[in-house]
Amino acid sequence: MSQSDAGAVERVARGFREDAGRTVAALARALGDIELAEDALQDAYLTALERWPRLGFPARPSAWIFTAARNRAIDRLRHERLGREKLRRLAALEPPADVVDDAPEDDAMSAVPDDRLGLIFACCHPALGIEARIALTLRTLAGLTTEEIADAFLVPHATMAQRLVRVKRKIRETAIPFDVPPAERLPERLDDVCTVLYLIFNEGYTASAGDQLVRRDLCDEAIRLGRVLATLMPQEPEVMGLLALMLYHDSRREARVAPDGSMIVLAEQDRARWNRAKIAEADEWLRRAARHNAPGPYQLQATIAWAHVAPPSADEVDWRGVAELYRILEKMTPSPIVALNRAVAIGFADGPAAGLAALDALPREELGDYHHYHVARADALAKLGRDAEARDAYQAALARTQNAAEQNYLRAKIELTSV
Amino acid sequence: MKYMLLIYGPQRDREPTPEEWAEAMPKWEAYTSELRNRGAYVDAAPLAGVNTATTVRVRNGKRLVTDGPFAESKEYLGGYYVVEAPTIDGALEAAAMCPGAQTGSIEVRPIVAV
Repeated sequence: MSQSDAGAVERVARGFREDAGRTVAALARALGDIELAEDALQDAYLTALERWPRLGFPARPSAWIFTAARNRAIDRLRHERLGREKLRRLAALEPPADVVDDAPEDDAMSAVPDDRLGLIFACCHPALGIEARIALTLRTLAGLTTEEIADAFLVPHATMAQRLVRVKRKIRETAIPFDVPPAERLPERLDDVCTVLYLIFNEGYTASAGDQLVRRDLCDEAIRLGRVLATLMPQEPEVMGLLALMLYHDSRREARVAPDGSMIVLAEQDRARWNRAKIAEADEWLRRAARHNAPGPYQLQATIAWAHVAPPSADEVDWRGVAELYRILEKMTPSPIVALNRAVAIGFADGPAAGLAALDALPREELGDYHHYHVARADALAKLGRDAEARDAYQAALARTQNAAEQNYLRAKIELTSV
Repeated sequence: MKYMLLIYGPQRDREPTPEEWAEAMPKWEAYTSELRNRGAYVDAAPLAGVNTATTVRVRNGKRLVTDGPFAESKEYLGGYYVVEAPTIDGALEAAAMCPGAQTGSIEVRPIVAV
């Protein structure tokens, strides 16, 4: 491949990636079928790769791709009744239709209806398994390749490909709608969407397994989709809260990992390395959300994150305020994890003895397998000078995490409490 | 599109008493007429208890008839509704309204047009 060919391929790929979400959304909604929409887009992409280097680069590549994909989909639908297998054979026999001639150049992307919102709700439909929702959202809305998603979730490529095929078929065969749900269903369905985005973010932020503490792509995509969602649904404070929460966490991304890949806890992070632009954006979303005067779990979590990020140093965090925010959050969404966080905040507000008492009051049967619980107890015990017990608790934590960076952090703590 | 709502519930150790029938029937009748009002009703039927089930298989041309359901389970198919809905959301709505959803589970499956 020549230098200019490689450049052309790269340009096509970029155009494809940037607007693929919108193009697939518009086609999928019209067809009720993501698979067919993606196939049509793929065809358009391949046609572009073949034609653009020869016939020149169009003025509006995304619009060109969209129009070509739409024509391909229409083409396919016309032949649908002949059966897919026949259609495939026909397509192999005939050269692809000459879309260069009939693709109107003035059909800019702005003319493409923005159906991404409907696609988001389809991809995050509760009738689909949660893993399938995550994979499909990343594939269809974020435009990640099947291989990238498989690698991010540490599953074989073939497994992920199969999972995506199955979920797309279920959408088509059960007629999952590509619509914004009616008002009475919207809160729970929107919550489902937020859950998927936050799971994607968290998978990127603290990889549940593997060597890399932060898998940037997933964090970036979750935030990008959060912005899309917040823009398309400008009246939903919880969406803004989720976006603010992800941005606050993400602002500390660089400061969280030492050059050797090891983990740095919040209190020990170099605040100069926090991304101020992201914090400012998060502040703005949180302010906008607050104007709706309808607090929810994501807004509360974002406010907690703000309380950590806003003060100039770790010593100036208002831990009593944080503990109170966790108390309200626990009332809204009862969970042992939230209770654990509240106990940790109490420890910082009222000292390690109070913190340990709060931790030991928590239901051990629910938290015993959660490594952060043991870390929190170990930290409190270490501060109280009870090194032997602290070491045992760090050991218990170490046995319960698969993340290499966290394991290294805990091994260092065990060494410290062993001297 | 047509969807079948398969109504699963725990196995009864006895047939319902007349009083239990009298209590349960109005709920099912109200449900059926609600589906009719919405234009969603296509068909429905209750099934006799799983103790009446007989399973048939043909293997190598030979007919095998056995007593009981095809698989042992905690919940058994007790009846079905067929509903018409433009998307799965309408069918899920209908399933959530079904009296059987309160005590058992409703499996929603699209009916394939052939």
